[in-house]
Amino acid sequence: MTMASEHPRANLQPLTLHIPEPKFRPGDAVDFAEVDVPPAGEARRPDTADKASDFTDLAYTLVRVLDDDGNAVGPWDPKLSPDVLRRMLRSMALLRAFDERMFRAQRQGKTSFYMKALGEEAVAVAAAYALDYEDMCFPSYRQQGLLIARGWSLVDMMNQIYSNTADRLGGKQLPIMYSVKEAGFFSISGNLTTQYPQAVGWAMASAAKGDTRIAATWCGEGSTAEGDFHSACTFAAVYRAPVIFNVVNNQWAISSFSGFAGAEATTFAARAVGYGIAGLRVDGNDALAVYAATQWAAERARTNQGPTLIEHFTYRAEGHSTSDDPGQYRSEGEPNAWPLGDPIKRLKDHLIAIGEWDDARHAAQDKELAEQVKAAQKEAEKNGILGHGLHQPLESLFDGVFEELPWHLKEQRQQMLDEESASGRPWDRKA
Amino acid sequence: MSDMIETPVSDASDTGGETTRMNMIQAINSAMDIMMERDPDVIVMGEDVGYFGGVFRATAGLQAKHGKTRVFDTPITECGIIGVAVGMGAYGLRPVPEIQFADYIYPALDQLVSEAARLRYRSAGEFTSPITVRSPFGGGIFGGQTHSQSPEGLFTHMSGIKTVIPSTPYDAKGLLIAAIEDNDPTLFFEPKRIYNGPFDGYWDRPSQNWSKHPAGEVPTGYYKIELGKAKIVREGQALTILAYGTMVHVCTAVVAEAGIDAEIVDLRTLVPLDIETIEASVKKTGRCMIVHEATRTSGFGAELSAIVQERCFYHLEAPIERVTGFDTPYPHSLEWAYFPGPVRIGEALKKIMKDA
Ligand SMILES: Cc1ncc(C[n+]2csc(CCOP(=O)(O)OP(=O)(O)O)c2C)c(N)n1
Ligand SMILES: [Mg+2]
Repeated sequence: MTMASEHPRANLQPLTLHIPEPKFRPGDAVDFAEVDVPPAGEARRPDTADKASDFTDLAYTLVRVLDDDGNAVGPWDPKLSPDVLRRMLRSMALLRAFDERMFRAQRQGKTSFYMKALGEEAVAVAAAYALDYEDMCFPSYRQQGLLIARGWSLVDMMNQIYSNTADRLGGKQLPIMYSVKEAGFFSISGNLTTQYPQAVGWAMASAAKGDTRIAATWCGEGSTAEGDFHSACTFAAVYRAPVIFNVVNNQWAISSFSGFAGAEATTFAARAVGYGIAGLRVDGNDALAVYAATQWAAERARTNQGPTLIEHFTYRAEGHSTSDDPGQYRSEGEPNAWPLGDPIKRLKDHLIAIGEWDDARHAAQDKELAEQVKAAQKEAEKNGILGHGLHQPLESLFDGVFEELPWHLKEQRQQMLDEESASGRPWDRKA
Repeated sequence: MSDMIETPVSDASDTGGETTRMNMIQAINSAMDIMMERDPDVIVMGEDVGYFGGVFRATAGLQAKHGKTRVFDTPITECGIIGVAVGMGAYGLRPVPEIQFADYIYPALDQLVSEAARLRYRSAGEFTSPITVRSPFGGGIFGGQTHSQSPEGLFTHMSGIKTVIPSTPYDAKGLLIAAIEDNDPTLFFEPKRIYNGPFDGYWDRPSQNWSKHPAGEVPTGYYKIELGKAKIVREGQALTILAYGTMVHVCTAVVAEAGIDAEIVDLRTLVPLDIETIEASVKKTGRCMIVHEATRTSGFGAELSAIVQERCFYHLEAPIERVTGFDTPYPHSLEWAYFPGPVRIGEALKKIMKDA
């Protein structure tokens, strides 16, 4: 190729290619002073009937309710009863205990894969409390908090993680890729952001049928780059779909920092502005802010004001999954230096500040939840763990490819069974 | 196992110099490294390939060595990755984009099929797509349906795109170098189950690594293996087995166990196909078995079966056997029931050799 210097246009300024680079890499001291954290209570709260174009400023700030002293302040304070606050705290703590235990189970060889939501517990849990149980959720793989907050059975979730005899998905899916229609929880896909347009479709269907239920969907900040995200925004804007888009900006997408999804240039909430839909940027580690924003967006959706995009500004405190080691690409100092703190501690401090909780009760609850998770695990393991052989009948491999098996699949199923009996060596690990 | 080291192709004077032990990831890494040294237009990009060096570490160290504008992370949009690679190719670069798992290649389908594969044709050669899309594929790692698929048949069906699948570190390096130098778009599917060592199909036996395999001995320098050339990994008279990727090793193990004098042909390139080697082998043995991990219906085995039937019909002494994955999504816990392992291959061997 011709080099720029030999080019006839060499008297013009040479172009340079910008490659984003995160502030900190392994070994670096971390200082998040540059992260702009506006004071709690500062952001205004528009009427839910206002036009999206009238409050675009909210896409560039942070809706925050809990201040540093544990007080709930400003117009976004959802003024929840102490009882609801305690239940929310409990769900978040339960999620953390569950993650902890299942992560360890994977490390012990009991299953193949696990992903935690450490540090992001408020995002899914508070949203679940703000939505109606009948509203439909289209999650990514990091919103197990929705199921936990909706009171779904831990044993059932673990059965899926273990691909065991009681796994409602028959061992067909990777661990944590739950599907729980009963709890309004759509089947999780391994392919990023596919759930976004699907949530819009569900919401459009609900609107077309004159239903009252709305849809909510979640993806990571990295996943906003996928085309599906943008297709979803366009459809939702065009049809004013009753849907809530949640972008969980936890700063990292495996090893890639948010700059590779566009965060150097603008916020993720600002994506909404271009599509003409309502956008809010929220302190994702503030359960009350997440609750309030979700409630507000839900009200817009329920009153036919259309979609809202909420960016939850948070931090992925753990590795991406059991398959990676974050120490290879980011500074170990980041999780503790993150200026928005620990969402559980912040809600706990608030409850203490209003005289509705104390450290002793919290410690006792943590212990109780750890026991609850342990007991659930024991129960689930009675149905088997992935590491101890395979629990589904062989022929179930073919179940669910179609509603009814066509001839070629029937033939293949028979072939498989014949081969196995002929072999005298069952494929099962027990052999 | 037969000697898998081969003499480099005749058109290349470079033999790669001294050799060292490499696993398949290191061999792939070395191929990109060498090509970036030799050609300033070669660039590497993809999700997590930059600083981190890729989720399978295939690009480890390349950014530090060749710089951030030549090895960089991308936004998570496969459509964008391939579209951008096509544009860079149009400028004159030689991009080597990575799709993190072949299961995630579908959002890029339009850019691959309607653009990369068609650019030369529709612009009468004004524009071309000299891109090499690397992607780990295949199962056997308990990855569930979205980390296990073998979508090669989708692409072999599309005119204008080449498809390459190595089965050893030695081949992976030589083929990847040839693919990068090739002026047409090439899909380079890497069988992730054998990144670290060959796999005999017995998933409950201890895993092997490349250090004891002859083809784990890899030249440190430049060499290439011409695209479109298969390799006979085991000579034999009883039947011909056509395979590629992981299944080459499974077939080798099964044949040894069964004591059958099979000729095993590692296709290495699916498009363009080495028809001479296939034809000569089947005409010699009179029997043909085709093995792939991908699903059966409209899989690449169907094409192979048709082409063998068209060209070798009067030499065939038994119906062609196809051994494949079943026509289901890739399951999680039932992974080994899906996988065409020793049992399925063994049964097919009995069937095809019945009247021999
Ligand atoms: C279509 C597709 N491309 C790539 C991947 C591989 N992958 C899985 S998770 C992930 C990172 C996603 O990051 P983000 O959206 O920020 O979500 P987070 O993991 O932080 O919750 C990638 C690249 C995938 N699952 N699907
Ligand atoms: Mg993220």
